[in-house]
Amino acid sequence: MTNFPLLSVLLYLPAVVALAMLFVPNMSAQTVKYLALGTAIVCFVLSLIVVFSATNSAALQWEENINWLPDIGLRYHLGTDGLSTLFILLTTLSSIIAIVASWDSITTNIKAYYVTFLLLMTGMLGVFTTFDLVLFYVFWELVLIPMALIIGVWGSANRVYSAIKFFLFTLAGSLLMLVGIVVLYTEYFNRTGTRTTDLLLIAKESPNFSMTLQLWTFASFFIAFAIKVPMFPVHTWLPDAHGDAPTPGSVILAAVLLKMGGYGMIRFNLTMFPQAAREFAGPVLTLSVIAIVYGALVAMVQPDMKKLVAYSSVTHMGFVTLGIFSFNPQGFQGAAMQMFSHGLVTGGLFLCVGVLYERAHTRQISAFGGIATWMPNYAGVFMVFMLASLGLPGLSGFIGEYLSTLAAFRLDNKLYASITMFVVIFAAVYMMWMYKRVIFGEPREEHKNFPDLTPVELSTLVPLILATLFVGIYPTPLMHLLTPVINVLLAPIVGGGGIASLP
Amino acid sequence: MAQGGRGMQPALEWYLVLSAILFVTGLMGVLTRRNVLVIFMSVEMMLNAVNISLIAFGRALNSSTGQIFALFVITVAAAEAAVGLAIVIAVARRQDTVDVGQLGTLRE
Amino acid sequence: MENFLWIIPAAPLAAFIVTILFGRTYLKQNSHWLGIIGVGISWVLSIVTFTQVFSLEKGQALNNRLFTWMDTGRYDFDALQFNVGINLRADHLTAMMLLVVTTVGLLVHIYSTGYMHGEAGYYRFFSYLPLFVFSMLMLVLADNYLLLFVFWEAVGMCSYFLIGYYFRRDSANNAAMKAFWTNRVGDVGFGLGTMLVWTTFGTFQYTEVFRLLEEKTGTGEVGKGLITAICLLLFCGAVGKSAQFPLHVWLPDAMEGPTPVSALIHAATMVTAGIYLVARSYPLYDLSPTARTVVACVGIFTAFMAATIGLVQRDIKRVLAYSTVSQLGFMCFALGVGAYIPALFHLMTHAFFKGLMFLGSGSVIHGMHEEQDLFKMGGLRKHMPITAYTFLIGAIAIAGVPPLAGFWSKDEIIASTWRAGYPWITVIAIFTAGLTAFYMFRLYFLAFEGKERFDHEHVHPHESPPAMTWPLIILAVPSLVIGALVGLPPDEGKIHEFLGKAVSMDALEAFPKLSEETTYIFFAISTAVALAGIGLAYLMYIRKAPNPVTIGERFHALWAFLWHKWYFDELYNAVFVQGTKALGNGLWIVDVKVVDGFVNGLAQTVNRGSGRLRRVQTGFVANYALAITLGAVLIVGIYLLTRGNIIDQLFG
Repeated sequence: MTNFPLLSVLLYLPAVVALAMLFVPNMSAQTVKYLALGTAIVCFVLSLIVVFSATNSAALQWEENINWLPDIGLRYHLGTDGLSTLFILLTTLSSIIAIVASWDSITTNIKAYYVTFLLLMTGMLGVFTTFDLVLFYVFWELVLIPMALIIGVWGSANRVYSAIKFFLFTLAGSLLMLVGIVVLYTEYFNRTGTRTTDLLLIAKESPNFSMTLQLWTFASFFIAFAIKVPMFPVHTWLPDAHGDAPTPGSVILAAVLLKMGGYGMIRFNLTMFPQAAREFAGPVLTLSVIAIVYGALVAMVQPDMKKLVAYSSVTHMGFVTLGIFSFNPQGFQGAAMQMFSHGLVTGGLFLCVGVLYERAHTRQISAFGGIATWMPNYAGVFMVFMLASLGLPGLSGFIGEYLSTLAAFRLDNKLYASITMFVVIFAAVYMMWMYKRVIFGEPREEHKNFPDLTPVELSTLVPLILATLFVGIYPTPLMHLLTPVINVLLAPIVGGGGIASLP
Repeated sequence: MAQGGRGMQPALEWYLVLSAILFVTGLMGVLTRRNVLVIFMSVEMMLNAVNISLIAFGRALNSSTGQIFALFVITVAAAEAAVGLAIVIAVARRQDTVDVGQLGTLRE
Repeated sequence: MENFLWIIPAAPLAAFIVTILFGRTYLKQNSHWLGIIGVGISWVLSIVTFTQVFSLEKGQALNNRLFTWMDTGRYDFDALQFNVGINLRADHLTAMMLLVVTTVGLLVHIYSTGYMHGEAGYYRFFSYLPLFVFSMLMLVLADNYLLLFVFWEAVGMCSYFLIGYYFRRDSANNAAMKAFWTNRVGDVGFGLGTMLVWTTFGTFQYTEVFRLLEEKTGTGEVGKGLITAICLLLFCGAVGKSAQFPLHVWLPDAMEGPTPVSALIHAATMVTAGIYLVARSYPLYDLSPTARTVVACVGIFTAFMAATIGLVQRDIKRVLAYSTVSQLGFMCFALGVGAYIPALFHLMTHAFFKGLMFLGSGSVIHGMHEEQDLFKMGGLRKHMPITAYTFLIGAIAIAGVPPLAGFWSKDEIIASTWRAGYPWITVIAIFTAGLTAFYMFRLYFLAFEGKERFDHEHVHPHESPPAMTWPLIILAVPSLVIGALVGLPPDEGKIHEFLGKAVSMDALEAFPKLSEETTYIFFAISTAVALAGIGLAYLMYIRKAPNPVTIGERFHALWAFLWHKWYFDELYNAVFVQGTKALGNGLWIVDVKVVDGFVNGLAQTVNRGSGRLRRVQTGFVANYALAITLGAVLIVGIYLLTRGNIIDQLFG
């Protein structure tokens, strides 16, 4: 590729715009909104360049590798491979959607909101493009603060509690990760005499580290990511965070932030510690299955729509870890597809809940009924996301769930896949039941004045529907993006014996 | 008087004693007074007490480090005085008092 | 010349897309045109396909490869490759299904223009209907198990839409969800079945699977147990979709949907998908007698159970629904004994005459102003003759009176069961056939003959418009004459010749052929039983001797047992529905109190501790300064007292 620092431009454009906003006084709210939207669109276009320039090799594209602080071995190392590309696309896409969703729903501290949001964008894009541990850590933390602010400042009723909870959970994990990074750094220095935090360099050396050290460092990274995913039993921040975040915050949280966990597991845990990963596979698979069943069952009885969707996220992300730790190509593809699709579908569901919240200022399921009569377009749109969420084939949700379950089915222990498969029933139950109580039934007079979807709302929902359909019907291009990555990643985990040799 | 022979000068100890007295005076001012301006002046006195001992040591050890240090301290103290007084004025305008006992806004 | 296959499903799909997008605002009461045109195109092309397939030999098929749907890539370390294409394939079995689906589909579309006339959601109805036809066509055209599974779920979704068409009615919504959920229970098995197929054979494609099956069983790589597991898992799906015991409970409730939907989806096409699936996988089932025994037992039990329930129901559509369940049971045990061709033949004849009867019942309901209770009808033949006579043809056909369609297919199933060495199933099947004849004519007599029991003040029965009667007349034709496809003895008829190219009945053929006398004895028994059933119905519901009411009172416990549908709904509600809810609520409490409670408890402990520590921070500068001073004094004091040694001691 050319030497144009595309990734840096992509990364810092939102931050620069955010700073510019800060220093220009008296900017009107309209200007701020259009500026933010414009930035997001430019980022999306740039990410499309990244997508279409992807090649069939596992080598990093658009690589930028600069000696940043040579004394301690820090490098400014950016790059993309198929996995990163997928998530960059998801991030920029959902950022546009979230900004449009903020258009009318965020009414206080408008400038501060968009500045925060743009900083968040930089953080998220950074997470998906860096290949240096310390740089990654910086971006990882950079994401945390704006998100906590968005929940805490622009959220609903219990927002401060939820924001702090979100902050503390994630911070606890990331501090562990920091310890892991330091340990790796010193161990690498002790062994080679070179100071570096470059992921690819450490990955080359780390299989020679002692097994104990590998296990502990694996755990330190894994816990950080597991909290973000979130896996059972560290998921409890999620329902609260979603419950109190503003709609666009929920969209970004579901679409991108949770994916950082899954992405981190693949990018860091598996790349650096293939052996340790195999050791951990059993417990992780068990926790994944628990999360899948548990999330579905708890979602079923939620009285609050947003919490219901939040618990369904626990279920969906369980498929991700299930797929990853099954260690076969179907599992990886399934996990990646599941993450991508969850971003679209759950984002869409949160938007749908937000639409009702805007009109009724409540999210209690019992407060609604018969909405379809007053808002037929809304009912149709919501139906698509509902069906995608319960894993109907032809929509994106099915691809990831089927492949992840298939991956688990390839393991000797068929129990994982069998239990997981049963959850498709529960998924249908909680989604359809909620939908029925809200949308179907006798129309109520008090909802008579609810307008159907506005053009702004449609412009957020329709692209998501199209993307959901596209991924459901023709996921092959996305899968081909990942093939070279999987080849490199899985080979050391599988070892010489092939897939069949895995337990 | 002769041109500043060595024997003519007071011993190092005298400077140190002076410095200590000034320092303790300043300290007592900081500890006991409630008017923020007085506290401020007491802090300045403590800084100058330190300056004296720095210069005295520098002279006694025949090194210029002490004087350089003292110059730094004076510079920083000046900057600090500027910022500090600005804060004091701002606070006085807002709260109508310069009594530290009544300035509790940042406590919670 | 076979690349036109994709148009068959694409035409209704296009109709769906345009109608759902523009129906509400632009098409409104004209919404049906696109659907009719779309399905009409499919129908014409299905006939073309049929004629082309007709001349093909066994094992040949029309193929139309479209595009790669999923491809997880090829890897050195992985012997299996996951690559699924959206490819269409039409062999003899598919061609038959195509004809059935598009014919009934087209007629139902036309019929619905009359039945649904003036409905508020007219456009919705006429967009879901083509969507269903699209999904069903894709289901039979799919060339691999995964694609079959995909559209298996898709038809389930369409059924959900259409059952819940009257979305304001709570019962309709509940029925729709029940149908979807129950089907999903079956799909768990089916889904796992597809996975097992792939891990065993490394492909989903029918032809590849069956080729590898021969190869791998030959080498002993794939054992009997594995094949039985695959068969049983796939059969789970069939149990759900074809409403077999224990998942039959959704189909009667599905009658909440508009009647044309019941005719198309819940009688003629979708519910037969399970039969299609098993027939499609016959090479697998041929290798597993265990699985086939299970299929046969489930089938005969369902057939018998549903028939007994059908005896006492009062709702005209429910009687038909239980009859559908029962007839599907017939097909199912036919598959189980290895009689694939009779099962498929019965599928086809059943599609026509049951479709006919459902549409007829719709016509009755339409003419009676939405009245569905049989005991509030009677004597309708005078008011709606076309409906009555076509319905009578359907009833005779299903009762099994020669020479109408149903007789041939049902008789052949019974004879095959005997041949395959299942005497008990044969006996129950004959008995059930008698029950079928009885309840069908009970329905006919109660609705169309005898005294007029409806309220003459408010109800004025009238014949339906031509859009509704013509489909009835057209459907009556195959119900009458399709028996001609069967030869004497049956397995030399046209239908055997045609379907024999798609499925073979090696499992059944392993048994000695029935002698000519036995064949005729079964003819006689079947006819006698059918006539006996009809006669009894005539005595009870026209002559009132014996009076059904007195019989019901005498055997009240039995009557209640049947009236409550063997108490399956109550049982499932108590065990599964309430159980799951309780589990969900319990886990939620655990989540809030235990999992989250631990974290919050931790936070509270820290909070309390820091609350105490906070008092140190008084906020008074003087206090801090004092602390600093004291600290400095302390440090210097220690230093002086130890004469600097403490530094040495601490830091060496």
